Amino acid sequence: MRTGLTETSSPQLSIAIDEPIQLLTPEGVRIEAPEYDSWVEDLGDDDLLAIYEDLVVVRRFDNEATALQRQGQLGLWPPLLGQEAAQIGSARALRKDDFVFSSYRENAVAYVRGVALEDMTKVWRGTANSGWDPFTVNMATPAVIIGAQTLHATGYAMGCQRDGVDSVAVAYFGDGATSQGDVNEAMIFAATFKAPVVFFCQNNQWAISEPVGVQAIRPIADRAPGFGIPSLRVDGNDVLAVMAAMRVALERARTGGGATFIEAVTYRMGPHTTSDDPSRYEDLAEREEWAAKDPITRFELYLDGLGLLTDEARASVKAASDDAAKRFRAACIALPDPEPMSVFDHVYSEPNANLDRQKREFAAYLSYIEGGTR
Amino acid sequence: MTELTLAKAIGAGLRRALQDDDHVLLMGEDIGDLGGVFRVTDGLKHEFGADRVVDTPLAESGIVGTAIGLAFRGYRAVVEIQFDGFIYPAFDQIVAQVAKLHARTQGAVQVPLTLRVPYGGAIGSVEHHSESPEAYFAHTAGLRVVTPSNPQDAYSMLRLAIASNDPVMYFEPKRRYWTKGEVDLEAVPLALDKARVVREGTDVTLVAYGPLVATALDAAEAGADEGISIEVIDLRSLAPIDFDTLEDSVNKTGRVVIVHEAAQFGGLGAEIAAVVTDRCFYALEAPPQRVTGFNVPYPPAKLEEHFVPDLDRMLDAVDRVMGRENSLTNWVAR
Repeated sequence: MRTGLTETSSPQLSIAIDEPIQLLTPEGVRIEAPEYDSWVEDLGDDDLLAIYEDLVVVRRFDNEATALQRQGQLGLWPPLLGQEAAQIGSARALRKDDFVFSSYRENAVAYVRGVALEDMTKVWRGTANSGWDPFTVNMATPAVIIGAQTLHATGYAMGCQRDGVDSVAVAYFGDGATSQGDVNEAMIFAATFKAPVVFFCQNNQWAISEPVGVQAIRPIADRAPGFGIPSLRVDGNDVLAVMAAMRVALERARTGGGATFIEAVTYRMGPHTTSDDPSRYEDLAEREEWAAKDPITRFELYLDGLGLLTDEARASVKAASDDAAKRFRAACIALPDPEPMSVFDHVYSEPNANLDRQKREFAAYLSYIEGGTR
Repeated sequence: MTELTLAKAIGAGLRRALQDDDHVLLMGEDIGDLGGVFRVTDGLKHEFGADRVVDTPLAESGIVGTAIGLAFRGYRAVVEIQFDGFIYPAFDQIVAQVAKLHARTQGAVQVPLTLRVPYGGAIGSVEHHSESPEAYFAHTAGLRVVTPSNPQDAYSMLRLAIASNDPVMYFEPKRRYWTKGEVDLEAVPLALDKARVVREGTDVTLVAYGPLVATALDAAEAGADEGISIEVIDLRSLAPIDFDTLEDSVNKTGRVVIVHEAAQFGGLGAEIAAVVTDRCFYALEAPPQRVTGFNVPYPPAKLEEHFVPDLDRMLDAVDRVMGRENSLTNWVAR
């Protein structure tokens, strides 16, 4: 046992573990899942190809961002490699008027919401503390404090209830976050007030170097029912299964059913961030196992089986991703450095005499130094 | 004009805010049927319903965090933290989120939250019920911190706090909840960030806020009996601090004593002493003095009279800046 304790003779009680919902096997074979098939049956050929393009574009963009970090253009980058299906499948299920509160690895979600790729890198290039106006895309900028955003999503959902709209708030977070008090408090508030919120946990098996077993000795999806929130455990590398589960959860929320918890079981194939060194802790055999379940390969095989991946379609997707990466690279490098005096902007929305004095003193200092009088 | 206790004046301010703006809602523990442990929200749930006067789970971080989410949808939550010492579970949401969201999003998001915090001691209570944590929040960029000392300000400042588009920590001097005073519900209030000279004097400036303003006024009265003219300033706002008013006063008196219940080290008294020294250096006749709580955990009730600054300790410091005999006259520091 991981804890090092020896087996005891305690009475053994079993707790059932649901196998994750799956619609596509790692070999790209569509299998029947009677409860979920109907939730994706509307997807036509164009939709499937559009999903495929998203998956390929975000992987290409994500790799480009890692490259930009290696070249000194970004201070840091948290790759989402391996989690493309979990993010694209869930984000594509959302309506425009739904609102996302995410952590910092959800760049594929941001892409689907319409955030410009270079805007996602402002934080990592150090030109701003957040990259976009949340209200233009209905997605808050990432919360770096783990789990804090789950409460914001729950509060937003409570606002939707009061406004009598059927918009849904979605909280994205990881397996590490489930140990935080805020995530647990969010589930309590959501259950008590029957808030229209979806808790979408990407269990990528790692919180930096800590394997998920440090956070939970049971599948994470098992926690929510204790709060009175039903949960779904889904193969996070199966874009169709993720989309189906998300659609079920959104529909529940829209129709007064309250919160749903989704555990998307996936794998972080890259480092935590570019500053991380997985060689100190990674499990190579496990990683290899997950490489064989790659979300994009699986979807490619599926589309190929359907006869959709013509040479022309492949070329078109490749061109789109190359183009996106090229434009992203140029736009990222062109992000302007902020002006020194801008540190004082927007600290308050109303005048603040103490801060204003610091600002004026610093302006005087700057003009003194820049004026060359010293 | 109506005569109200300070607690009732806050209640009246909450009622008015709920009436005037249907996006205002109250959140807190026991604020519904009970009316709060201090009865500040008495009757409001009955009047406005459970959706606007929300009894929440007992989770301070959860209350503040969900209030932020409500702000994203245009709601203006007024949160009651039951006691000063219970605010720490919410510290992260307040300091890392509430305070920073506006700047983080370059102005796109406003968090017009009001956090009501009963604070201060001398009520004979147990640990965690008598603390003065205001300096943590005054130190935090993005927060405004205010505290009324009388029923009129309690009402007016609360209404300004709720109307403010910035997050405001509204510290309530709980031992003065039952102080009565005339309240004009239609009065044009003094701006939220302005200090008030509550008693004019020429020898010493005595700077106080919240629960100690009444004590400072008593001290000034006693000082007058001894022929010392003490000017008392009620700070009202702790972030920002109205240093202009302090500067004018100290330039006149040449002496300053700052009092607060919170511990001394790194407290607001230090900030005020530094700024006053900077701005009034040539007018000062004596080093600024502080009369504060000690850097100890808030003591048990039987000892709190020694911890909370009282009239005698204030006058002892006045004697110090006046160059009169005082407790430290023959004391050797090192």
